[in-house]
Amino acid sequence: MRILVPIKRVIDPYAKVRPLPDGSGIDTSGVKFEINPFDEIAMEEAVRLKEKDGSIEIVSVSIGGGECEEQLRKSLAMGADKAVLIETEQSLDSPGVAKELEALVRELQPDLVLMGKQATDDDNNQAAQMLAARLGWPQATFASKVEISGTTATVVRETDTGEETLELSLPAVVTADLRLNEPRYIALPGIIKARSKPLERRPAAVNATPKTRIVKLEQPPRRSAGKRVGSVDELVAALKDRGVL
Amino acid sequence: MARLLLIAFEPSDAVMGAGFAKDLGLPFDLLAITGSVDSDLGAEKILSAGLPEVPPADGIAMALVGVASGFSHIAAVASMRSKDVLARLAGLLDAAMVTDAIALESPTVFKRPMVAGSIVATVEVLAEPVVITFRPAGFSKPERSGSSAVETIALDGTSKARRVSVTGRGGSRPDLSQAKVVVSGGRPLKDAETFERIIGGLADKLGGAVGATRAAVDSGIAANELQVGQTGKIVAPDLYIAAGISGSTQHMAGIKDSKVIVAINKDGDAPIFEVADYGLVADLYDAVPELTSKV
Ligand SMILES: Cc1cc2nc3c(=O)[nH]c(=O)nc-3n(C[C@H](O)[C@H](O)[C@H](O)COP(=O)(O)OP(=O)(O)OC[C@H]3O[C@@H](n4cnc5c(N)ncnc54)[C@H](O)[C@@H]3O)c2cc1C
Ligand SMILES: Nc1ncnc2c1ncn2[C@@H]1O[C@H](COP(=O)(O)O)[C@@H](O)[C@H]1O
Repeated sequence: MRILVPIKRVIDPYAKVRPLPDGSGIDTSGVKFEINPFDEIAMEEAVRLKEKDGSIEIVSVSIGGGECEEQLRKSLAMGADKAVLIETEQSLDSPGVAKELEALVRELQPDLVLMGKQATDDDNNQAAQMLAARLGWPQATFASKVEISGTTATVVRETDTGEETLELSLPAVVTADLRLNEPRYIALPGIIKARSKPLERRPAAVNATPKTRIVKLEQPPRRSAGKRVGSVDELVAALKDRGVL
Repeated sequence: MARLLLIAFEPSDAVMGAGFAKDLGLPFDLLAITGSVDSDLGAEKILSAGLPEVPPADGIAMALVGVASGFSHIAAVASMRSKDVLARLAGLLDAAMVTDAIALESPTVFKRPMVAGSIVATVEVLAEPVVITFRPAGFSKPERSGSSAVETIALDGTSKARRVSVTGRGGSRPDLSQAKVVVSGGRPLKDAETFERIIGGLADKLGGAVGATRAAVDSGIAANELQVGQTGKIVAPDLYIAAGISGSTQHMAGIKDSKVIVAINKDGDAPIFEVADYGLVADLYDAVPELTSKV
């Protein structure tokens, strides 16, 4: 069995992010880049599945510039068997990502694509569902539990009102939500040791024309700090004054 | 021709969606997947599918392909469900997609938050059709008049996935994303029972919904569907009360549209005070029960 884990290199999710003064992009000066946290959870889940079934092969893939190698190396250290870097300098929208991944899936024929529910930079939450649609595979987004038995995946997924359990016959696409697991910590020596694992670089196969274009980025209007109240009574009075009580 | 297909997974989506349709300024058909929707929302036509429940994404998305043909815009209120289904529909249609629209400048230029709400992007759609999920708080209220004709349609939601079980939210509290009052608690609430007593107690007194931070959900003191923030629910109440919440970027991303934010935190330097309309530096174990008794 083979599991494909797509990994996006994103700006550190804990960094304070601001647009460039001219709004043309994000100011990345002095900011670190990480594996998209949801992709790291997907990767961790793949490794846990492999710990139960040693015959599983895990392939990680990232689409982007040469710098994505850093995140792929980390995925190898976490437990991926090999990594593929699909190189492009073009910035792809989610339909474009889905098409590159589709081409790779048709070639590698994984049984499961485990990915993040959303990239924490664009917050799109699109690529996985688009990939599943293009492949005609069933999908389970927002997974909080994944079990594989034979050719069936049983996935508990979070919903707007609680959770539900879906049974999917493989191959399928599953996206990780925060509660699926807590990714293991990888220290630097682990990353260095994973140097010997294969990392293949190849050019993008599809290079789809983007369907959306970012015109500009701005800082959202800031809420400003209001007033401190000294007691519950003062708070109640203030809220009555504002007409919300 | 530019036309909108507005999808209501549940009847309550229809009213919020009609406001978006009005701002978009395009004629629209309203598809009710389950239940029946109000007929005075300005739709050219109401398509009523009358399914007992929304089928898994692969099934419903495939069924929607046929309905969507001929529309330049396909939209639904942003929710976990709509993101699951509409992104798949966009994949099937090879369409552009805009997630979480909060405003629009024209039928092809939208604003949406990115990077946990730290940035607002203006996005231009370069190809039709376009699939959109939107947050109702940013759009008008619909005008009610007239009565749209209702046409019954059959949707075959046959899915490759089998829904084995569903566990829902219990109780009678209002839906978090639509509530007028939300009371949320964070990490310091000791356990599920304490959370329910302190946070739930105030919420019930105010007829509001209960929310939580990821820290509270992760430590098992609040149910996961109560998480508010970048990766949880987006709320837009008239009154948001945050008790024992530090005010992380990710949490703030979910509450920015609240009219009035109240913060109760024992640390006067907590970042939540930088955005709260009313801040009370106090121990929540004293302040929240006192507030409950005084409202
Ligand atoms: C990719 C990603 C996505 C995330 N998505 C979300 C999300 O959607 N929603 C979300 O909430 N978080 C999210 N987070 C987590 C977020 O970064 C914070 O860790 C979290 O919001 C903190 O929750 P908290 O405020 O309850 O806890 P803390 O930050 O620990 O704050 C607790 C606060 O309680 C105060 N306090 C302690 N005791 C008392 C008392 N007795 N009385 C009064 N005040 C007291 C403290 O002073 C402190 O300010 C996400 C993180 C990542 C990386
Ligand atoms: N450039 C990329 N390289 C690899 N995987 C990606 C890339 N962009 C998006 N993905 C995957 O698609 C998921 C959803 O992304 P998005 O639609 O951008 O929110 C991410 O969590 C990743 O698993």
